[in-house]
Amino acid sequence: MRIELTVNGTSRDADDVWPGESLLYLLRERLGLPGSKNACEQGECGSCTVYLDGTPVCSCLVAAGQAAGREVTTVEGIGSGAGEDRELDPVQRAFVENGAVQCGFCTPGLIVSTHDLLERNPRPTDPEIREALAGNLCRCTGYEKILDAVRSAGEARLDTVRSTSAERTGGSR
Amino acid sequence: MDFHVPTSWDQALAVKAGHPDAVPVAGGTDVMVELNFDRRRPPALLDLTRVPELAAVDRVDGRIRLGAGVPYTRMITELGAELPGLAMAARTVGSPQIRNRGTAGGNLGSASPAGDCHPPLLASGAEVEIASVRGVRRVPVAEFFTGPKRSVLEPDELIAAVHVAPATGPQQFAKIGPRNAMVIAVTAFALALHPERGRVGTGIGSAAPTPRRALDAEDFLSGELSAAGLWESRAPLPESLVTEFGNRVRAAASPIDDVRGSADYRRHVLAVLARRTLTWAWEAHRSTEKRAA
Repeated sequence: MRIELTVNGTSRDADDVWPGESLLYLLRERLGLPGSKNACEQGECGSCTVYLDGTPVCSCLVAAGQAAGREVTTVEGIGSGAGEDRELDPVQRAFVENGAVQCGFCTPGLIVSTHDLLERNPRPTDPEIREALAGNLCRCTGYEKILDAVRSAGEARLDTVRSTSAERTGGSR
Repeated sequence: MDFHVPTSWDQALAVKAGHPDAVPVAGGTDVMVELNFDRRRPPALLDLTRVPELAAVDRVDGRIRLGAGVPYTRMITELGAELPGLAMAARTVGSPQIRNRGTAGGNLGSASPAGDCHPPLLASGAEVEIASVRGVRRVPVAEFFTGPKRSVLEPDELIAAVHVAPATGPQQFAKIGPRNAMVIAVTAFALALHPERGRVGTGIGSAAPTPRRALDAEDFLSGELSAAGLWESRAPLPESLVTEFGNRVRAAASPIDDVRGSADYRRHVLAVLARRTLTWAWEAHRSTEKRAA
């Protein structure tokens, strides 16, 4: 079947899609977006997490046909600008700066889950962070640096929001 | 493989009537795993995510009609006050990603003995609304399951909704698993107090071929609470009553040994969960009176 959908703000299509294949396969193998990682294929690890119509889901559990006509945002679409002007999202920067990126395999899913958490709750408590990230497994080591990254991404995001609203109201004073 | 995409409930029923072997898929949290691992190759998939009727939560005859396609996340955010037991169970499902997609309809349709929705639905006396082009019927959840992963659903039928009465008293759900997320219950138990009619509801998960009520335990506890006037006096529960309730819940189970736990462990855990949830729910029942007084 032919699938048309919007991925990271761009209309994309693919032909000869097998209806039982996953959105993850469609993204990685047909649309050339390898950011979402394929690990468990059963919704256990969260490394394939993407936004589907604004909601974080495991792309391995979405049938490709179910994504037709929908909007998908992958880790490649988090952040702003394109090409040379591309800017990392505060969440992505915080992961790099806090050493929360180790082998990197779980990182794309964690970025999407963290981004969603901070959109809903800019100042999460540690239990809230742990609950929000419970579906994203890291097998390198502990989660301390990841927790640090989420906390500092939250702070950075709030700073950005504050400075933007300060600019809008005519400067800081 | 065919892929059917109905955009209305009538269309969905027509497709199912014409293609009884089409496998319904909503959140995909069960079906897609089977496809990904080559465990199943159905001739067709029936995508239910574009049927708006399935995503509705309505009030019908004083009951909540929960559309089969409502994901767990919405049970938590929208129904926590009215269906606290179901919301508690929904919070223990998988992970945020899974809760964003998984549905009550899918949970019932899969009919796993370990489905997290089932114990609270049993405890609150819910009914499953089942439809086909032949008509609509309602089946009590306690009669819906016929065996492990088997239910009363006919090949041309789809689950439309679940009808649940809003809570009239405290409800509890507890589940045993090796960690706090991403686990299938080793054993689960739900309890609902129905003070307005002097009844207690129960639901057992993962400890029998199907989810089931502990009927004898329900009758025993309801009878003792009424006989001693405890619903009204809201006095503390005698320890012996709590213990006996736990024993009778344990006796209602017929678990198996498997990779997640032994039958003995499940029986033991069930008695503990029954005592705990009863203690918690009774404390809540008592404190509602204190607040009202």
